[in-house]
Amino acid sequence: MAQFVDRRLNPRDKSLGNRQRFLRRVRSEVKRAVDKAVAERSIADVAKGGSVSIPSDGIDEPQFHLSRESGEREFVLPGNKEFVAGDTIDKPKKGGGGGGGREAGSGRGEDPFSFALTEAEFLDILFEDLELPDLVKTSLRDAKAKEYRRAGFSSDGTTPNLAVLRTMRVSMGRRLALRRPTAGEVQKLEEELEALRAQPGSDVAERQRIVHLVREIERLKRRQRAIPFIDPIDVRYSRFSPVLVPRAKAVMFCLMDVSASMGEREKELAKRFFILLHLFLKRKYERVDIVFIRHTDEAAEVDEQEFFYGRETGGTVVSTALKEMLTIREARYPVADWNVYCAQASDGDNSGSDSRECVALLMQAILPLAQYYAYIEIADEDSPRDFGGKELWRAYAGLKEAAPNFAMARVAGRSDIYPVFRKLFSKPAAKGAAP
Amino acid sequence: MTASLEATHALHPGGRLLFDGAEWDFQTVRRVYDAIETIARDELGLDLFPNQIEIISAEQMLDAYSSVGMPLMYAHWSYGKRFARDEALYRKGYTALAYEIVINSNPCISYCMEENTMAMQTLVIAHAAFGHNHFFKSNYLFQQWTDPTGILDYLDFAKRYVASCEERYGVEAVERTIDAAHALMGQGVFRYPRARKLSLAEYERVRRERLEREAHEYRDLWRTVPGAKPAEEAPGALDEDARERKRNLRLPEENLLYFLEKNSPKLRVWQRELLRIVRNVAQYFYPQRQTKLMNEGCATFVHYTIVNRLYDKGLISEGALLEILMSHANVVAQFDYTDPRFSGFNPYALGFAMMQDIRRICETPTDEDRAWFPDIAGRSDWPAVLRDVWANYRDESFVRQFLSPRLIRQFRMFALADKANDSKVRVQAIHDAEGYRRVRSTLADSYDVAANEPDLQVVDGDLIGDRPLVLRLTRRNGVGLADIGKDATLRHIRWLWGYEVRVEEAAG
Repeated sequence: MAQFVDRRLNPRDKSLGNRQRFLRRVRSEVKRAVDKAVAERSIADVAKGGSVSIPSDGIDEPQFHLSRESGEREFVLPGNKEFVAGDTIDKPKKGGGGGGGREAGSGRGEDPFSFALTEAEFLDILFEDLELPDLVKTSLRDAKAKEYRRAGFSSDGTTPNLAVLRTMRVSMGRRLALRRPTAGEVQKLEEELEALRAQPGSDVAERQRIVHLVREIERLKRRQRAIPFIDPIDVRYSRFSPVLVPRAKAVMFCLMDVSASMGEREKELAKRFFILLHLFLKRKYERVDIVFIRHTDEAAEVDEQEFFYGRETGGTVVSTALKEMLTIREARYPVADWNVYCAQASDGDNSGSDSRECVALLMQAILPLAQYYAYIEIADEDSPRDFGGKELWRAYAGLKEAAPNFAMARVAGRSDIYPVFRKLFSKPAAKGAAP
Repeated sequence: MTASLEATHALHPGGRLLFDGAEWDFQTVRRVYDAIETIARDELGLDLFPNQIEIISAEQMLDAYSSVGMPLMYAHWSYGKRFARDEALYRKGYTALAYEIVINSNPCISYCMEENTMAMQTLVIAHAAFGHNHFFKSNYLFQQWTDPTGILDYLDFAKRYVASCEERYGVEAVERTIDAAHALMGQGVFRYPRARKLSLAEYERVRRERLEREAHEYRDLWRTVPGAKPAEEAPGALDEDARERKRNLRLPEENLLYFLEKNSPKLRVWQRELLRIVRNVAQYFYPQRQTKLMNEGCATFVHYTIVNRLYDKGLISEGALLEILMSHANVVAQFDYTDPRFSGFNPYALGFAMMQDIRRICETPTDEDRAWFPDIAGRSDWPAVLRDVWANYRDESFVRQFLSPRLIRQFRMFALADKANDSKVRVQAIHDAEGYRRVRSTLADSYDVAANEPDLQVVDGDLIGDRPLVLRLTRRNGVGLADIGKDATLRHIRWLWGYEVRVEEAAG
């Protein structure tokens, strides 16, 4: 007799373990592929996961095969339409007559292995060993907040924490166990006594009954007094214990110079950097707010559309943006609840006196309360990499040593963004190695 | 519920349709199963393991793919790789999934996809749960080499054992060993039944007999015969050493995994067990590799015959029959060698054609058939003939025995000879009277699994000294090892053996 089994509801992902083993094995190749994808794709699509190709070198499973390049072999094919015994046929270019022949040689001629990564896998790899500098340290110090969480009940506490339901439950249990007379029982006897007393002319039995009832009521009431309705031992309080929770909120300030010197290219590069930072923060924190502040010679908070695509002309006074940021921070994002990240993008033009003011602002007001401050300077495409930097770069250069949570980098082209991002946010060891 | 089910049941012989429309449910599937079973047992005389039919989703089908079709398998990254590739192909729509997977186990487990229509489920059940099932149970190779009752328990053991090794020795160490073992899977099977191991008592008896014979034949006089120079004793003694050594290692040995498992100087106990697991899995699948053509031919023939009988009996509608025949036609399509879709002989096409042909030879033989197949031509009981074929042949012997001139003509087969250093391929034989036998034997050779794999044997291994391991590759027709994978595989052998490994080549 046949058995029919419906397996459709069985747990899924039976091969998840094998998939993870596979991904671990190809980690470095997948990483390279992901890096490449980040460089090539439009950044809005970066996080979508999807297909990656890796060279099949590291994951081929070698076996012995017979060579097609030596000896002789005979085989049979179907579909002969023109040949008779003794004919000769020119060999096809590759793979002999058998079709589907494999190219011999170094083994590098094989197709790359492509497969799909889920979004989570993709981002995990993308952000692997990217850690905000000293995040561990800061999180031990102040990135965590004390939060009181429910932790059952206790028998002592303060009145506001009284757990009424639990208290009544305990009290009821005690009353039942000790057989405390209920109000109803007493009331019933009292009603009976009332009725007997109201009756005119009572006989002996009734009088005896009255005496009995009076005694009984007296006894029950005594017992009620002896066994209180709510005893101090019944009282329960909700207990709360302090738990250290990481602050789950972050605010990201995007500062950008939108003066005439910042063209489409510069803005687009800055945008990529901001989006990458946002993506990164979104993974780290439950909630991420973004504040866009653009500035020319005066600064304003704008929405994203306006930030990237709005047209504005004017001079360049960077410190206005920093001041605006401080005001907004002060008004909306208390340091106790929010992790503050700042990213500033500029082409580096500023006046010397204002740059000095910026440095002062950063040192005194911003860097002490920000988790991280990143400055990227958008360089000309053809400017040499070792170019000394513009006005703002030179002014900020001193900050790098003074403040560990300050980082700066120069970006010249689209493919620079990600390496720079990595450099800025790489683990301390890697950062130490960077210039 | 049961009552109504039985009521519908009773209606079968009356010619009511078993189902109508595309949707399936378990009741209908069971009704169809029962109808198929009647035909399979009574008309075809199939011998079956109990069936277990499991309905699975597409995702589970992909899971099953990646673990070589088994319901459970030990963990290894290569299965993850297979899953990743199959999934990518499937999601992009490059490949469709199989309608079913069937497992050679007792009970015989068949997976049917939930997406199948009722007509497709009918086809799939007839194909897998009856065709393959019968073949697994009756074919001599499976009987000789596989243990369908124990395989699932064994895989369960293997899975747990590998997991416990990973826990104790680390995932990487386990992976390293299994990687190496997988590389030798092709050289990890016994191709012939092995001599029974002698018990200690028997061994002692044989040894005594040998000593007695030596004593009996001993002639001290031979020592005095001139010409036996003492100097020649040294190489002779060495030779004797080597022979003794080889005898102790039971060399030559073609099962490399077995040899390494038993004799590698460096492997630890758990690594030997891993080698054994891989070897057992390889051995379990070896009969399937040798009977792909017959197995699919048998299953396709069975489903084709059964579905037509269902229609004849008025149990399925014309629409359902047409749907089934359309899938059937896709499955048995054989492309010409010039077609871009060509990838060798389609085992479904050739297997099915040969089974149909055997039935035809039994039922309506021509003079040619009588000359070529005197044993079966005109036999009235074609099911018995086919059952006998299914039980006693493998692809190679099956083609050698039963490929008829008619089919050679129908497929327009021609045999070619390809010399590596020639720029041209020579046509050896075509579908004419002079060519039939040559085409047939050439095709049969190409189904000989062992002959199409490198003939590698361990011929010497020294457990003392610098411990070199010597493999001999016998070049058949001058064909050597391909460069692809050769060095990497040798590295794996070296790692398993722990010392130098040499490959000698010898003409075959």
